[in-house]
Amino acid sequence: MRATLTIFKRELSAYFASPLAYVFIVIFLALTGAFTFFIGGFFDRGSADLQSFFAFHPWLYVFLVPAVAMRLWAEERKTGTIELLMTLPVTTFQAVMGKFLAAWCFTGIALALTVPVWFTVNYLGEPDNGVIVASYFGSWLMSGAFLAIGACVSALTTNQVIAFVVSAAACFLFLTSSLDMVLSVFRPWAPGFLVDLIASFSFITHFGIVTKGVISLSTAVFFVSLMGVCLFANALLIDLRRSS
Amino acid sequence: MSTMLLVQNLSKRFGPITAVDDVSFTIDRGEVLGFLGPNGAGKSTAMKIITGFLPPSNGSAEVCGFDVITHPIEVKKRIGYLPEGAPVYGDMTPARLLEFVAEIRGVAEPSEKIAHAVARTNLEEVLHQPIETLSKGFKRRVGLAQAILHDPPVLILDEPTDGLDPNQKHEVRTLIKDMAGDKAIIISTHILEEVDAVCTRAVIIARGRIVVDATPAELRQRSAYHNAVVIRVASTQAPQLSAALNDVSGVARVDTEDFANGAADLMVVPEDGREITSGVRDRLRESGIDVEQMRVEQGRLDDVFRQITTAG
Repeated sequence: MRATLTIFKRELSAYFASPLAYVFIVIFLALTGAFTFFIGGFFDRGSADLQSFFAFHPWLYVFLVPAVAMRLWAEERKTGTIELLMTLPVTTFQAVMGKFLAAWCFTGIALALTVPVWFTVNYLGEPDNGVIVASYFGSWLMSGAFLAIGACVSALTTNQVIAFVVSAAACFLFLTSSLDMVLSVFRPWAPGFLVDLIASFSFITHFGIVTKGVISLSTAVFFVSLMGVCLFANALLIDLRRSS
Repeated sequence: MSTMLLVQNLSKRFGPITAVDDVSFTIDRGEVLGFLGPNGAGKSTAMKIITGFLPPSNGSAEVCGFDVITHPIEVKKRIGYLPEGAPVYGDMTPARLLEFVAEIRGVAEPSEKIAHAVARTNLEEVLHQPIETLSKGFKRRVGLAQAILHDPPVLILDEPTDGLDPNQKHEVRTLIKDMAGDKAIIISTHILEEVDAVCTRAVIIARGRIVVDATPAELRQRSAYHNAVVIRVASTQAPQLSAALNDVSGVARVDTEDFANGAADLMVVPEDGREITSGVRDRLRESGIDVEQMRVEQGRLDDVFRQITTAG
């Protein structure tokens, strides 16, 4: 626990020691603002809610979250610091968790900085704040799932650009897995239950439910177990890459 | 129990390549083992296995009685490790890095331990500068500081003086010698004078195998120049003296090296490192030639190293 916390603190401060954190936060805030007010038509909708704000989160996360995750392991491997880290008395799992939680906390900070939008909608009307809280929570859970995918991919390579591109593509597939674009690849040959299973992975579907104000157990379980599976794979990959 | 490190039949294969091949040795408290070998001989790989970074393909390593495969955390707690190239987090300052390592290791009285490690490695002046802005020498010393921070019973240092200037090399060697008393230390190096300076034992590895495990003095005895006598005379007298010395008993040959200033060195090489000084001295007296200088060679580790690692 202490080791995980120590790694968590180091990783979180590493984000803010480089321009990455500030670039990420500024771009995230600018894009959420632009999407909400211009493309989402926040004012034209004439309704006091944040639907137009949250609707674009999955699409922003697809390329912003892999940028947060890409350095997690690729950089350690590239600079050789992984040898320093893994010869300290820590288990692979502690290191994986410490790094993941730091990245997740970082996206949480970026998300928290969007609260002025929430204040604005409360100033303009009387939104259902329960729905908004649920949506924030759902958005953060979703960012965690994207991060876990990105962390896992980052463990596969020493090249951060490759880590970014591959995890962005993986995140995109998870996001859109309920769309015909993805499913039409599987329909001709895969059994029906498999197609349904792939469709059920869709982040859009799960997040869509959340933004309607329902945090269903199945959605929370989906995101958390996806994180669990990816982080487990992440730890396995770290051990495997060392032994080969 | 004074055996701190026990390595048995250690092997490591990467696909078809055998990087470490059936390596066994032990290190007791107070020993400083010099790991020598050409690049790619398997020194670093062996160190990575002992420190628990790489799993071995075969064999075992025990640190203070703990097996590195079954008890990796216990082993890692007892080792201070400077990896090859001294990788450290560039975005951190030395102060923050040492705090991080102290915290993760759960060191008691961290601020005193950090101050001690900083003083031993002379890091005071760069303590609050990002590591990525530091020179190679400072980076290496940060790596050393984190390795000695928790006062570990076993120290494993992969090329600790690489990239340091002569003064810094001297300081690091002094540091290693000072710590040697109650620890078991392995250092890998290419610099053979370092073996003389700090090591109590030298292990030479070539192509993954241990080819020699001996003290530096024993190693030197293997040199063809061990006990050779070097005599400096005026170069005009060199041929005459060379002929006179050639038939002293036990002398294999006499090499002559002329210098521009009119002097010449005669290297009287003995057969099988035999003691020939008295015979040579008698012959010199008989010849009546004026000798400027005379010394006995101990044998050069460089020669032994080359001889051992290039043979067969």
